Amino acid sequence: MTDLYQTQRSMRRMRNQAMDRGVIAILDVGTSKIACLVLRFDGPEKFRGGEGVGSLAGQSSFRVIGAATTRSRGVAFGEIAAMRETERAIRTAVQAAQKMANVRVDHVIVSFSGARPRSYGLDGRIDLADSTVRDDDVARVLSSCLVPDFGSDREVLHAHPVNFAIDHRSGLNDPRGQMGNSLSVDMHLLTVDMQAIQNLLYCIKRCDLELAGLASSAYVSGISALVEDEQELGAACVDLGGGSAGISVFIKKHMIYADSVRIGGEHITQDISKGLQVPLNVAERIKTFYGGVTATGIDDREMIEIGGDTGDWEHDRRKVSRAELIGIMRPRVEEILEDVRARLDAAGFDHLPAQQIVLTGGCSQTPGLDGLASRILGQQVRLGRPLRVQGLPQAATGPAFSGSVGLCLFAANPQDEWWDFDIPADRYPARSLKRAVKWFRDNW
Amino acid sequence: MQPVKPEPRVYSRKGARPSGRDPAPSRWSYRMHRMWLTPAYRRMLRVGLPGLLVAGLALWFLSDKARVEDITTWVDETKRAVEERPEFMIKVLSIEGASPELADAVREQLALRLPLSSFDIELEPMRQNVESFNAVASARMRIKPGGVLVVEIVERQPAVLWRHVGGLSLLDAEGNLVAGAAARTDWPDLPLVAGQGVEQAVPEALALIAAAAPLAGRLRGLMRVGERRWDVILDRGQRIQLPEKNAVAALERLIALDQARDMLDREITVVDFRNPLRPTVRLTSYGVEEIQKIRDFEFGR
Repeated sequence: MTDLYQTQRSMRRMRNQAMDRGVIAILDVGTSKIACLVLRFDGPEKFRGGEGVGSLAGQSSFRVIGAATTRSRGVAFGEIAAMRETERAIRTAVQAAQKMANVRVDHVIVSFSGARPRSYGLDGRIDLADSTVRDDDVARVLSSCLVPDFGSDREVLHAHPVNFAIDHRSGLNDPRGQMGNSLSVDMHLLTVDMQAIQNLLYCIKRCDLELAGLASSAYVSGISALVEDEQELGAACVDLGGGSAGISVFIKKHMIYADSVRIGGEHITQDISKGLQVPLNVAERIKTFYGGVTATGIDDREMIEIGGDTGDWEHDRRKVSRAELIGIMRPRVEEILEDVRARLDAAGFDHLPAQQIVLTGGCSQTPGLDGLASRILGQQVRLGRPLRVQGLPQAATGPAFSGSVGLCLFAANPQDEWWDFDIPADRYPARSLKRAVKWFRDNW
Repeated sequence: MQPVKPEPRVYSRKGARPSGRDPAPSRWSYRMHRMWLTPAYRRMLRVGLPGLLVAGLALWFLSDKARVEDITTWVDETKRAVEERPEFMIKVLSIEGASPELADAVREQLALRLPLSSFDIELEPMRQNVESFNAVASARMRIKPGGVLVVEIVERQPAVLWRHVGGLSLLDAEGNLVAGAAARTDWPDLPLVAGQGVEQAVPEALALIAAAAPLAGRLRGLMRVGERRWDVILDRGQRIQLPEKNAVAALERLIALDQARDMLDREITVVDFRNPLRPTVRLTSYGVEEIQKIRDFEFGR
């Protein structure tokens, strides 16, 4: 637990260094694409247009100065399957983004979607020594949480204190300075497979970059795709990606649950490829141009030339109707959405006061998806697009980039995590010094 | 599935793209690119290194003494060749506005060995040299196209002839020495002044001479007394002593008296105007005797 604390703190330190230097890169390692954005931080004053509240209410303290996307390779289900290939892809993206920004980037914040995220709800409770909550009381209550045994091969990715309660008053965001007898906390802990992280770290290291943070892409796409009310009142963000669908549930501006379904857009492409017997790139092209999930009468008559390169005349001039294509795609999309439904049900999403579901990610661009989703997930479904950030190229504003944009926001204003609080004094290695100081103060 | 070994480069039928692998920068090109984006490195490579190279080459080139000498002689020769082009040579010295004697003297003083490159001539010292002549009021020098060095001289015009202990000299209207003079007869039309400290009072002398125009026929000259006032010397040994201040006015009064009463035609040797309120005359001995006679006669002695 302590070395996790140390690594996370060192990553935070790295991030602060990068902020001081003013340039940081964010890297979204996905199954279908790897996106790299280079951010410049110049303080909020610089980008303020005129009087009053700045754009995005001060969130836009950064500007995207370089953006590059490359086809991902070597990544499956959001996890690294072939390290060399992934490394090459990361290199391509980083180099292109650097070239666009014309600046060298050393620090990178990475998000990934796979590695089997698992959520834990933790709670801790302490008695307050002197009826007022102080900073070290918060640290103490955080460290008093009972950490479940999630296995030695898993790593903590996020640990957000979600809710504080003093005595019987719950729902506190910041308990410091308040009076009471006991302080308790609810914490959300997200763990992922350690191997996946280690592979990713290795790739980053091979690219001569310093890791300044790690984030789950479900979490960051929730940050960017959910509007503030939804985050406050309770909503789920479903990031339909290439290799997996990330689910994150937010309430009171904190993520309380995250999970991922290991089916994504690539599986739809594979289905089309198998069903129509076309190569994968052709299948991808057909999916993006003609794909859909609801067939209508006209789709029977709309014929799609699927072509071929074999030299066989008959084979190369095949045609399918759009209805057929939809017939291939729809079951897979339904499967994804039903899996999502199952995960949400298991998490108890239907107990939340508001049950907004926001679909984002590349797959959410499928025509007719919102209709299908509202049938499976419930009535309150909408398609989400990422927040607008300064300097983002038009090509990177689609829902496929909600993870990347969310990562930018995460880099700019990260939420407090467990390791942002000081190590409590009783776990401090040099506590003798502190006790000496205390003794000195008490006696003199 | 990705191939474990890199594929041999087989090109597909359609295009020049290698099949299978996507393009990606190699690790080294990636590193080079990042290095190139490092500001310090970039500055070093773009400014420091070429500068260092040039400086090193120059140092190496100049480290050989013979080569440096070659360079300096080459530079000198080229400079010489340019300077001695006919366009820049001065062939003629022309002196304007001076009398022939002065011109010859100036020519001798400058002692130019023509033809000469105009780069070798410094006009200001030469001008001062020319202006050191007494007879030269001011001089201007310029080089006219065609290789002519023109010295334009404004000569001093002698205004008075000054008799002093050393002999005779010519002074101009400001009192500057123009030249010596051999004899009074060489300058018959110049008024004569005498005495010490005349140089400072030449303008006053000229004013007095102008005021004495009615006496022109009788005027012998002016004399400076005690470096403070003037005496007007007329013929027949007459002398008019003028005050220090308002000498011209006093003289004009005297001339008016003369014109009214023919004062100066009488037996008077000295008219003393030094105190303008109390003019005094001194008679000749003959005049005194005559007055005595007349008085005696009147009183009947």
